Amino acid sequence: MLGLGVDRLQADINRLLTSLFHQGVLDEQFLQLQQLQDETSPNFVYDVINIYFDESEKLLRNLRLLLMDREFSDYKKIGLHLNQLVGSSSSIGARRVRNVCVAFRSASELSNRPGCLRGLEVVEHEYHYLKNMMHELFQLEQQRILAAGVRYPM
Amino acid sequence: MSITCQLSKANQSTGGVKWIKKPLCFLILCGLTTSVVIVLLIFSPLGKKEEACSCNGEERVLFRHQNVTTTEVHALVSFFSDSDQVTSFECRKEFSPGMWSNYGITCSLNMRLEKQETKSCQERRVVAQRFFIPDRGVPWNLNPSGLGHSISPEACVCDNLEQSLLQPKEPESHGEELDWDLSTYLRNTWWWLILGVLVCHKIFVFHSKAPTERKEKVFLQEPLAQKQQQQRGQPPFKGAGRWRKNILLLGVIAGVSISIWWFWDTNEEIISIRRETLANMCDERARVLQDQFNVSLNHVHALSILVSTFHHGKTPSAIDQKTFGEYTERTNFERPLTSGVAYALKVTHSDRAKFEQEHGWTIKKMETEDQTLAQDFVPENFDSAPIQDEYAPVIFAQETVSHIVSVDMMSGEEDRENILRARASGKGVLTSPFKLQKSNHLGVVLTFAVYDTILPHNATEEQRVEATIGYLGASYDMPSLVEKLLQQLASKQTIAVDVYDTTNASGLIKMYGSEIGDISEQHISSLDFGDPSRNHEMHCRFKHKLPIPWTAITPSALVLIITFLVGYIFHEAIIRIATVEEDCQKMMELKARAEAADVAKSQFLATVSHEIRTPMNGVLGMLKMLMNTDLDAEQMDYTQTAHGSGKDLISLINEVLDQAKIESGRLELDNVPFDMRFVLDNVSSLLSGKANEKDIELAVYVSSQVPDVVVGDPSRFRQIITNLVGNSIKFTQDKGHIFISVHLAEEVREPHNIEDAVLKKRLALGCSESGETVSGFPAVNAWGSWRNFKTFYSTENHNSDKIKLLVTVEDTGVGIPVDAQGRIFTPFMQADSSTSRTYGGTGIGLSISKRLVELMQGEMGFVSETGIGSTFSFTVVFGKAETNLPVTKFERFDLAIQELKGLRALVIDSRNIRAEVTSYHLQRLGISSDIVSSLSMACTCVSKLGNLAMVLIDQDAWNKKDFAALDELLNCSKETTGSPPKILLLAKSATPVMRSEMKSSGLIDEVVIKPLRMSVLICCLQETLVNGKKRQPNSMRRNLGHLLREKEILVVDDNLVNRRVAEGALKKYGATVTCVESGKAALAMLNPPHNFDACFMDLQMPEMDGFEATRRVRDLEREINKKIASGEVCVDMFSKVSSWHVPILAMTADVIQATYEECMKCGMDGYVSKPFEEETLYTAVAKFFEFG
Repeated sequence: MLGLGVDRLQADINRLLTSLFHQGVLDEQFLQLQQLQDETSPNFVYDVINIYFDESEKLLRNLRLLLMDREFSDYKKIGLHLNQLVGSSSSIGARRVRNVCVAFRSASELSNRPGCLRGLEVVEHEYHYLKNMMHELFQLEQQRILAAGVRYPM
Repeated sequence: MSITCQLSKANQSTGGVKWIKKPLCFLILCGLTTSVVIVLLIFSPLGKKEEACSCNGEERVLFRHQNVTTTEVHALVSFFSDSDQVTSFECRKEFSPGMWSNYGITCSLNMRLEKQETKSCQERRVVAQRFFIPDRGVPWNLNPSGLGHSISPEACVCDNLEQSLLQPKEPESHGEELDWDLSTYLRNTWWWLILGVLVCHKIFVFHSKAPTERKEKVFLQEPLAQKQQQQRGQPPFKGAGRWRKNILLLGVIAGVSISIWWFWDTNEEIISIRRETLANMCDERARVLQDQFNVSLNHVHALSILVSTFHHGKTPSAIDQKTFGEYTERTNFERPLTSGVAYALKVTHSDRAKFEQEHGWTIKKMETEDQTLAQDFVPENFDSAPIQDEYAPVIFAQETVSHIVSVDMMSGEEDRENILRARASGKGVLTSPFKLQKSNHLGVVLTFAVYDTILPHNATEEQRVEATIGYLGASYDMPSLVEKLLQQLASKQTIAVDVYDTTNASGLIKMYGSEIGDISEQHISSLDFGDPSRNHEMHCRFKHKLPIPWTAITPSALVLIITFLVGYIFHEAIIRIATVEEDCQKMMELKARAEAADVAKSQFLATVSHEIRTPMNGVLGMLKMLMNTDLDAEQMDYTQTAHGSGKDLISLINEVLDQAKIESGRLELDNVPFDMRFVLDNVSSLLSGKANEKDIELAVYVSSQVPDVVVGDPSRFRQIITNLVGNSIKFTQDKGHIFISVHLAEEVREPHNIEDAVLKKRLALGCSESGETVSGFPAVNAWGSWRNFKTFYSTENHNSDKIKLLVTVEDTGVGIPVDAQGRIFTPFMQADSSTSRTYGGTGIGLSISKRLVELMQGEMGFVSETGIGSTFSFTVVFGKAETNLPVTKFERFDLAIQELKGLRALVIDSRNIRAEVTSYHLQRLGISSDIVSSLSMACTCVSKLGNLAMVLIDQDAWNKKDFAALDELLNCSKETTGSPPKILLLAKSATPVMRSEMKSSGLIDEVVIKPLRMSVLICCLQETLVNGKKRQPNSMRRNLGHLLREKEILVVDDNLVNRRVAEGALKKYGATVTCVESGKAALAMLNPPHNFDACFMDLQMPEMDGFEATRRVRDLEREINKKIASGEVCVDMFSKVSSWHVPILAMTADVIQATYEECMKCGMDGYVSKPFEEETLYTAVAKFFEFG
């Protein structure tokens, strides 16, 4: 809070990122994304991720609705949704979400309803995990920026 | 053999080869037993020979005996001649020669025959007798002096005759007998052996079958249980062990039974021989006794005749008591068996008185209790004989029995009976044995009747009784008789003899004998003492018990011992085999486990390496990120070090992964056509930096016979080359060269037909030790490195569609110590531990390279000399490319090559081989070249070579003075031909300063940095020769930012996130980005006229996907262009652009070939894989904005 924690916060952020990389939650694409952020768009990553979450939230909701429907047969629509999800996930480098989505998609291509349901659950789980992690990351980032912003009169 | 085969076949599943040995062992054992049996059988006839020897001994005894009889005859003759009564004797002889001669000689000869052939059968004796029967009639010439001789020649003749009769039969039968014995033995043994082998085989088959059945059952029941599997492995071994033990037991039992049987057989033989010997000896004794007795009997008979002749036949009697006594005393030697003879007169009761009166004594009665010729009683004491019809008072008696004179023999019961029988039969008659008073021995009395007339043979009893005038009696002392006799015979010590009177069947009367000896085995032979009413027997037995039959025991004991020894040995062997098998089993298990562990290790390595790579990528990414932040110099240094280390680690992990993949057999090679020269160019450019740093000359040469395109795995090939060259660079210190050369294997197969100039020079055949090298530093002769290749000289693939390449990498490095050369290809093994300290590295590269080479059906080898360098060679087999299509890797060079083709060049280089390499590189560009070794040489020949486009001068050959001359010459030629040739300097390394200096001096047009490679050469040549574009190859690599700056770019994506990311990425490079979210919107935006310089199009979009949108855009553009071209619309309306074609790049996540082709088909210009990366974005965009 007093600006002394900048290094510590940075270290925390790095540690968190490293662990996310280790777990395969994120991949290099996220780094690419971070590199895109510069002075002209200081909140670029944050924005993109937020958009991603919004979009994904919508997609997941739709998927759930579709799958919960008794007389459901529109696997093509599910495929479309999933394509979207896969695309955006790989864009931000959410590797695990992307991977489980791919699995989900292959289940949907086979019109395997139980597989789809299971896939949805896994995707949701991964998605929430990613969301939590990202939330944490952004909080740390926030704190770091705040801490870095503290100046002491000399 | 068939059995062995079968056995081995039956056991192939379980035991393997060693099973074959077991039946062999058994056969050997059988063979051994057989041979032992045979050897012992050969020895057994020796016993028979001994037997024959004993026969000979007996023969000798017989001869002695015969001699005895001849002496007796002699004695008789001499006596008769002495006592002037020879004539009468001769008469007598003539009177009954048949009986006499027959008797004695036949007997003795018979005996002799029997002795001679101990084993002879009855039949032969019959033959002999038949032979003698006609002899009966042979008149006897009783020449006194020749008697002995006449007997012995007779015997000899008989012998000869008999021999001649029997000889053809005898040896034959003997031999046959022996043969038969041996052959039967052998045959029997063989049969037994075969039977045994068959039985064993049956047992074996049964045993080997049983475990496999069990095995199958187990297998069916629990195929997965590990323990069961172990048990499955064990039963055959156990079964086999049991089988072997059974065989052993069988063998031992057989051995024991053979030995027992042998013992029994031999013993039986011994016993039978003994029995036979006993029978022979007994018969011999009986016959001798009988013979002697008969001789003696005859003497008594003769005496009786004497009495009848001289006492009754002469009047007055020529014999009185005195004469009789004297004569009998003197001829006593003739009757050695009689204790005394007496003559009694037949006196009827009517004549008694007269008789008594005549002799002056009364006839006395014999005491009933002592009816003997006892001595110690006084005849006067006897009562006078009672009145009887007839008396037989003794009138003459030998001195020894003179006391019985006047005793009436008829008064004694025995004597009376004897007398009556004697006179009735006219022959000698014997009493039953009784105790003689005098000697207290058992004895018999022989009585002969004396007739007054010569009776015919067929005289009746009455006639005989009538003619009887007296009786001659002789007493025989049986024991002394027998004893005397036995004294003369051999082996009297060993045999005990009993003589019995068996007239009365119920009560045998023992006449002679002792109690010693074993009564159980005795031989009985009958005796004929010439009295048909009396039967006598001789019982013989050995005095000593049967000795321990050592001859039987020894061999059988030996066999037994051998059996047990062999059995023991085999038992030990079986135990050993069992333990070895067990050990083997264990080893197999351990081996399987070790192999499993090895596989697990490889898998582990592969997995772990893979898993390490992922986080390592993270680490590297983070480090890269860190490097992009604001860091001071120190921090930057640290980070760079960390990044470098991370990269090293990644490459190491990749190597380990390769190794693991190869080991676990999961590495698969690609099979794509590629240009080997291009690959080598790549490698050399990759490593040129390092080589230049160390000032090492790097040269690549590919033989012209190597085809342009081969089919194989370029990346792996490159890996091998990179590895070897990397190693070479690592171990070469600031001098010398590294020379990579590729040849066809066929080229070097025959060293004398090499056409390739470089190869010829390198190998320097026939001249010096080492050939010419690129840098001038000595190198190891490469020949040695491929000399040992096994497949090298094989011509298997000669005609097929494969080509075999030989690649050598030669360096002038430190070399590999000889002691380390053996382990150079072992993973993680370097020449020595200090190597890794000095040069770094893990030592895995060579191992991987070797494996890869092996995967490519090649071989790798090397020669190395410390201090000189190493040469690594390997062969690889590649496929020939089906069509000679050039691989479209460097179309960009095609144009340049077209330009350069057909030019001529002059290469000036002091080293011929290097010049050849340069020439090769020029050849690739279609430039023909001439080589001279120095500038001054060039001066002389340059005038001849007209139309030179360029002159390439090596740095080493460069000097200003000579060059000036050359330059002048060249400038002269310029005037005639037009443009002067360009001068290019080939330099190992040159700083940019140096290069610009050189260029500015005006002498040199361009400096080419070695290693030569196509791209560099082309660039340089283009720059110098084609004066148009001043384009430096390195200038191509511009910043992406410059390319995209101020560009209007449209991004089409339905995905908001993607849109944002793409926008962000493109914006970063200074582009102005417009985003739309559907194909339709994009269509609207791209409808000309518009300001977009490029469009990034997502392929998968709802409603209208990327392909469709692109197609529409292209349609629109075509329409507009057509309109413009036809002048329908003014160009000004469309921003003065005459031809509309907006580059459309596909954005896609899956970059597969099909997608790519589809993109092209619908009019796209390229594609970018979805998560934007700087590199890919650059290459994709660069095409369109390069010249913009």
